[in-house]
Amino acid sequence: MHPAFSVLIFTVTSGAGYGLLTWLGVGQLLGFTQASTADQQIILGVIAMVLVSIGLLSSTMHLANPKNAWRSFSRFRTSWLSREAVFAILLYPVAALYAAAIFWQWSSINVLAGLSIILALITLFSTSMIYASLKTIRQWNTPMVPALFMAYALSSGGLLFLAVSGFFGALNPQLLTVVMGLVLITLALKLVYFFWQGKPQGATIQTATGFTQASVRLLDAGHSAPTFLNREFGYQITADKLLRLRIVMTLVAFILPLGVMYWFTQGASVAMLSVAWCLMMAGLLVERWLFFAEARHVVRLYQGDQRT
Amino acid sequence: MKLGLVVDLDTCVGCHACATACKQWNTSGTIGPLSDERPHGKDPSGSWLNRIHSYEVGDSPNSKTVNIPMSCMHCADAACVTVCPTGASYKREEDGIVLIDQDKCMGCNLCSWACPYGARELDTDSGTMKKCTLCVDRIYDEQLPEAERQPACVLTCPTSSRVFGDFDDPDSEVSKLTRERAGQQLMPELGYNPVNTYLPPRNPKQQEQIKVSAMQGVKQLVNRIVNR
Repeated sequence: MHPAFSVLIFTVTSGAGYGLLTWLGVGQLLGFTQASTADQQIILGVIAMVLVSIGLLSSTMHLANPKNAWRSFSRFRTSWLSREAVFAILLYPVAALYAAAIFWQWSSINVLAGLSIILALITLFSTSMIYASLKTIRQWNTPMVPALFMAYALSSGGLLFLAVSGFFGALNPQLLTVVMGLVLITLALKLVYFFWQGKPQGATIQTATGFTQASVRLLDAGHSAPTFLNREFGYQITADKLLRLRIVMTLVAFILPLGVMYWFTQGASVAMLSVAWCLMMAGLLVERWLFFAEARHVVRLYQGDQRT
Repeated sequence: MKLGLVVDLDTCVGCHACATACKQWNTSGTIGPLSDERPHGKDPSGSWLNRIHSYEVGDSPNSKTVNIPMSCMHCADAACVTVCPTGASYKREEDGIVLIDQDKCMGCNLCSWACPYGARELDTDSGTMKKCTLCVDRIYDEQLPEAERQPACVLTCPTSSRVFGDFDDPDSEVSKLTRERAGQQLMPELGYNPVNTYLPPRNPKQQEQIKVSAMQGVKQLVNRIVNR
């Protein structure tokens, strides 16, 4: 699949935003945001919603006909993209009420925190299901994809929560341990995903053409210059580049941030947590690029690939 | 009704006439122009609703060239319609034709991701998705003589490899052909239940051995010596 930059930005930044909002709500329910003042909590919430909004605006950039984007709320019952749009928009008034509840100390603050968590997680899940529901791309059509999207969002959001609350001087050391554990689990999940993905499976050129008893080779694709289908699905990446990027991704998104977080526990400055977060976001962009570049759509079987 | 096409892979010669006729009819049809980019340039591109792929099946010397024309299969379980967030993609209840409402499409490409057959192509000019309409603006047109109420690709096919009809009617030509020639679906394992059916090539008839009598054999031998 062609990695569209707007979609990479969208899923990575809005993921971090939803993750941050989730941790803010969890902190309210479990009581570890009490160390921060109301203003600090609202700033955390605003950062989350700004990240989400950057992501959502970026996602409209890849539409070829954005004037009809408002219609995407209309197929809630069948389309995951429609569900994502509806939940993403629903979150805004709920998050605004949550901020008001923090500011004026409403008694309903726990309910609003809980609602924000649920909507943020459902939106994340809907985004991941856009990819996971496609039977045409075996690398995406797995329950690991929603699990991974949740794990990335909670890791990057949790790290941002730590970085900002550390800046306010209200850092919770127990939460630091939890987030470090979460980053490790996310890394393990991604490695399992790589391992699973390498196994040959799914449709082949034989089932695509119906000639299941013989070898089949493409002689002519039927067009002399690349088409929309080639540009969208024909993305090629060499094996050595793939391996290098996988190593870079593992280091920058997971190992280095973990190292920096450990360094922080050994007495480094709080600013190092921001460095760790920036590293993780850069690494997650590489991860998302790989997520697209490694996905092989079955239409490639009609363009000459022997298997997906 | 379950309208669709039967494509005979035995007789298709891969001439691309169906694709050209399709482009010619549909570029002035209900879904608006099928735009081209750099049509006379070095790397021309554009939206086509039908494309032909040629394959070598089997290993030389026992191989065979097979041409597979591919357009929308009008799947019974069309995932492209399910994933569409705007409701632009729809499947008609009355005849099963899958269409795109050009006024509703926002060009998100998700339907093309859901389609395993590459039937949907984005028109970069209008920013909307384009696909085979099964010539819905021909097949019901009562101004046309009845014999011409068929998709443009079917009418133009010089080897009559394409047949249009109703798969729900067991006595229609498409149903009979599918039955008699063991028609099959492409990539059935994805479960979209495509309606268009492909007839596999028939086994070549055993060539009759020409028996040569003893007298003819001698004549041939003499002729060969004389010619030399």
